[in-house]
Amino acid sequence: MGRYVIRRLLQMVPVFLGTTFLIFVMVYAVGDPVNAMFGDRAPDPATAAQLRAQFNLDKPLWMQYVLYLGDIFTGDFGNAFNGQPVTELMSRAFPVTLRLALIALVIEICIGIALGVVTGLKRGRPLDSSVLMLTLVVISVPTFVTGTLAQYLLGVKWGWIAPAVSPEAPVGQLLLPGLVLALLSLAYVTRLTRASISENVRADYVRTALAKGLPRARVNVRHLLRNSLIPVVTFLGTDVGNLMAGALVTERIFNIQGVGFQLWQGIVRQNSPTVVGFVTILVIVFLLANLLVDLLYAVLDPRIRYA
Amino acid sequence: MRGATRVTWAFGCATVVTLAAAGCGGGAGGGAAAGSDAGIVRAFWTDPQNPLEPANTNEVQGGKVLEMAFRGLKRYNPRTGKAENAVAKSIETDDQQNFDITLKKGWKFSDGTPVTAKSFVDAWNYGALVTNRQVSSYFFEYIDGYEDVHPENESAKPKAKKMSGLKVTGRNSFKVKLNQKFSQWPDTLGYAAFSPLPEKFFTDHEGWLKKPVGNGPYKIDSYTKGQSMRLSVNKEYAGPDKPKNKGVELKVYTDQNTGYTDLQAGNLDVFDELPAGQLKNAKRDLGGRYINQPAGILQTLSFPLYRKEWKSEKAKQVRRGLSMAINRKEVTEKIYHGTRRPAGDLTSPVLSKAGGFEPDMCGDVCKYDPKEAKKLIEDAGGLPGGKVTLTSNVDTGSHRQWMDAVCNSINKTLDKNGACSVNPVPTFGEFRKDIAGKKLKSMFRTGWQMDYPLIQNFMQPLYYTGASSNDAGYSDKRVDKLIDEANAAGEAEAVAKFQKAESIVLDDLPAVPLWYQDGNAGYSQRVSDVRLNPFSVPVFTDIRVK
Repeated sequence: MGRYVIRRLLQMVPVFLGTTFLIFVMVYAVGDPVNAMFGDRAPDPATAAQLRAQFNLDKPLWMQYVLYLGDIFTGDFGNAFNGQPVTELMSRAFPVTLRLALIALVIEICIGIALGVVTGLKRGRPLDSSVLMLTLVVISVPTFVTGTLAQYLLGVKWGWIAPAVSPEAPVGQLLLPGLVLALLSLAYVTRLTRASISENVRADYVRTALAKGLPRARVNVRHLLRNSLIPVVTFLGTDVGNLMAGALVTERIFNIQGVGFQLWQGIVRQNSPTVVGFVTILVIVFLLANLLVDLLYAVLDPRIRYA
Repeated sequence: MRGATRVTWAFGCATVVTLAAAGCGGGAGGGAAAGSDAGIVRAFWTDPQNPLEPANTNEVQGGKVLEMAFRGLKRYNPRTGKAENAVAKSIETDDQQNFDITLKKGWKFSDGTPVTAKSFVDAWNYGALVTNRQVSSYFFEYIDGYEDVHPENESAKPKAKKMSGLKVTGRNSFKVKLNQKFSQWPDTLGYAAFSPLPEKFFTDHEGWLKKPVGNGPYKIDSYTKGQSMRLSVNKEYAGPDKPKNKGVELKVYTDQNTGYTDLQAGNLDVFDELPAGQLKNAKRDLGGRYINQPAGILQTLSFPLYRKEWKSEKAKQVRRGLSMAINRKEVTEKIYHGTRRPAGDLTSPVLSKAGGFEPDMCGDVCKYDPKEAKKLIEDAGGLPGGKVTLTSNVDTGSHRQWMDAVCNSINKTLDKNGACSVNPVPTFGEFRKDIAGKKLKSMFRTGWQMDYPLIQNFMQPLYYTGASSNDAGYSDKRVDKLIDEANAAGEAEAVAKFQKAESIVLDDLPAVPLWYQDGNAGYSQRVSDVRLNPFSVPVFTDIRVK
C-alpha cells in the first residue's frame, strides 16, 4: 500500500509538469496582456517595455516557464497585474469554493445515492420512471438557467434569500448555490447508482445472503450497496475537481468570490499569473482526488489489493 | 463487517469536514448589522484593473474611487462639465506656455497633513517617471522636461527623475513651463492623474496602496481587493461639495446581471453598469429610478489609411458611401433602446455648443441615404477588392450585434450579400494589439471615452499626425497646423480653430461617426438625488439616503 502511494505520487510529477506547461503556453499565447492595460489607447512604448520586463514578458517563453516554475517551488505564485499576490487571492478564494463544493458534494451523496437505491430496487415502477424523467430534465437544462431562475424567484420575487452571496460566503447563503451546482452531478449519481444496484440485485451473493436468512434491509445496505458504490465513488472522486473548477457559472450568478470568479477575471483581463496559478492548484486537487478514489476501491472491495 | 464500518467512517468523515467548513464561515455570516448601514450608499463596483494610484488608473471603476477620495487643482462641474477651480486659487499665464499656480489655503489630506505645492509637484513627477510604470503618464507630456523622465524609446533610460518645467516657488505656489503653447491646459487639470499625493505615498508606498489617502470629500476606511471598499466622510475636506450621506460602500460584483438582480431585490442602491441585455426592461423594472444621460463617449468606424487601397482619392468617396449606407437611427433604437444617439460630428453632446459640439457638422455624409451611397461607391469603382470587413473585439459592449446590423445595412444598400462581413476578435487585448501593430486591412471599431470635456481631447489624440490614439494613421498638415494654432490661441478662439480642423477631418473621413453613447444607471428606493457626471460616474456627494 505504502509503495503504491509513493509510486502514484511520483507519477504525478510528469503529469503536473505537462499540464502546467500546456496551460502556461495557452494563456501566454493569447494576445498581449500589457496592451489591454492601456484601454482604448495605443500603449506608450517605454511604459509597456517596463511592464513587460516586470512580468518577465520580454523573455522567451521557455525561460518564462522555467522562471515561473522556480518561483512556484518557493511558494511564490507571482503577482496579479493589480499588484496583489496570487497566493493572497488563493487564500481567499479556495476556502469559499471548497465550502461550496463540499455542500454540493454532500447534497449529491445524500440525495443522489438515496434516490438511486430506491429507484434501483423498484425498477420499472411509477416512482422509478418519474425520477428518471426528472433527472433527464435536470441534465438537459443548463446550470445558468436553473441558477438564474432560482435566484430570480427566491431572491427577487419572493425575497426569501439574498440574491448575491456576501464576500464572507457563510454556509447558510451557500445552500442554494450549492444545490444548483450539485443538480447536474446529482442526476448522474442517481442514474449510476440505479444502474449498478439494479444489476447487482440479481447477483449470486445477494441471493445467498437472503437464503442464509439475513434481513432484507441488512442485505441491501451491507452487501448490495457496498458493491454497487464502486462506479459511483469513481465518479464522485473526479467530480470534486469538477465542482471546484466548474463552479465558474454558479459563482458568477450568485456573486460568490471563489475560484471560478478569480479564474474568469484572470481570463477576461488576460491576467496570466492568476490563471496559471489557480489552474496549477486545481491540477493538484484533481490528481489527489483521483489517488483518493483509487485507494477507496480497496476499502469498498477487499479483493482489490495494491502491492 | 469490518469493511462496513470503514464505509460508514468515510461518509461520516465527509460530513464532519463539511460541518467544520460550515463552522468557519458561520461566524462571519452575520456581516454588517442593519444599524451600521444607515446613511451609507451601497454601490456597484468591479475591482480596478491596475493598482489604485492616480496616474495609474485609466478605467471608470478606479476613476470612481479617485473622484471620491481626491480633488485636484480643478474639478469638472458634475452638471455642466466645465472645469472649475478646486484646490487652485488661480492659474495665470501671459503666453499660454508659462503658468503660475496658487493654491487655496486650508486644504488637508484625510490623515491631517496639509496639501502644498510640493504635494502636486511630487505627484506629477512620480506619475511621469517611466520607471514607475504608470499607464497614464502621457498626461504629463506637455510639461517641459517630460522627455528626460520619460524617453519615447523603449530601452532608453530616463535622464532625470524630475521634470524641469515644474518649480515650487512657495508653500502654496508653483510654476509650470510647458514644452509648447497650450491655452486649454489649465482645463485638463481636473483629470484624476493630476491629483496631489500626501507624504505617506512616497514613504510607505505599500501601506498607502492598501489604504489610499487623499484630499477628497470621502476618506477610505477599508479596502479588501476583490470584495469591497468602504468610504466615510472626510472631516478634513475643505471643498464646497460636502457629502450629503454618511459614506459609500463599493461592493464588487462578479457579474453585471447579479448586480441588477441585487438592485431589484433592494440590496444595492446605485448601479451604473446596466447590462446591455436589461436596457429594454430597465425603465419598466425600475419604475422611474432609471437614468439615461449624455456621456463623453463617441463610437466611430475607422479605416486603415496606412494601407494603399484606403489612402486614395477614390477610397475617400468609398468611405463617404459606406457612411451613408449605415442606418444609424435603426441601430440605436433597435439594439441600444435609445441609449445611443446617431452622431453627426466627432465630439460629444456633453461639450455643449459653446464647447464645440456641433451635431450637424458632418451633414449629409452621416445621414442614411442608400441610393446616394450606392452611387458614390459604384462611381468610385466599388469597394476595394470587392468587399469590406468590419473588425472589433466582441467580449464586451454587445459589439457583435451592431456590427451585424451595420454590415446588413451596407449589404442591403449595395444589393450584394457578403459585400460586408464581420470579423470578430475574441478579446480586447488582442484587438488592441492588432490596432497598435497596424495590422488591420479594412474597417474597424474605434471608441473614444473623453479624459476631460474639451474639444481638444476629441481631436488632438485622435487626428494629429502620430498622436497616441490616431489608430487610422491619419495625417494632414492643415489639421496639425490648426490644432497648433488653437492651442496657442485664447480659449474662445481655440474652440473655433478646433472646429475648423474637425470639419477638414470630417471631409477626409478617416473615421465615420456612428453614435454618441449615453451613461445609464439605476437606483433603489432607499436613495434620492442620484445623477451621473459627464464621465457617467455617479455624483456620490449629492446622494441622499432616506
